[in-house]
Amino acid sequence: MKATAPTVTLQELLAGAFPEATELAVHDRTGGGDHFQVVLSTPRFVGLSLVDQHRLVYDALAGPLADGTIHELRIRTKGTP
Amino acid sequence: MSELGDTIREVIEREPVALFMKGNPRFVMCGNSDRALGALRALGAPVTVVDVLPDPRIRQELSALSGWPTIPQVFVGGELVGGADIIEELAESGELLDTLRARLGEDYATGEERVVDLMTPAR
Repeated sequence: MKATAPTVTLQELLAGAFPEATELAVHDRTGGGDHFQVVLSTPRFVGLSLVDQHRLVYDALAGPLADGTIHELRIRTKGTP
Repeated sequence: MSELGDTIREVIEREPVALFMKGNPRFVMCGNSDRALGALRALGAPVTVVDVLPDPRIRQELSALSGWPTIPQVFVGGELVGGADIIEELAESGELLDTLRARLGEDYATGEERVVDLMTPAR
């Protein structure tokens, strides 16, 4: 899967928001630069509901979500000890 | 809060399961909405569907209320349970079933589906 420009932007935003992440990946699902899959594991998610975990991801990506860069976003999060 | 916002809030608070999606159960217009609907159907959940596509304000007001930026959004017993990814994940782990039983009662599974049209004034 090639890393499109928005993929790099999303990766940087998430890395900035979750510097402690033990796993962080952003995939461009279609190669079109607007359908993404985020995989994120961090100790910060331990004890949080999935809704709260995803909210933190949405917060980090508020810019590209609001400006239309992200047309579709799939999220898989995990709290790692 | 606008009138539309009030109506959305009423649907969320009144309906056992409220699914805000793109399209409706007969014409699903988005893969993620389809995933959420499919997971709820598989458990026989009574689903009240709101199509967000007829007017962009529906989505704006909904997201302002829920603080959740994407569609679909699933509410059970008035509380946001998640979007498509969370609903699928909770369905796989069995937690979605637990949530439905806990919030709606053991005999929740009527499988009834209905569509609420927010753009038609009289309900």
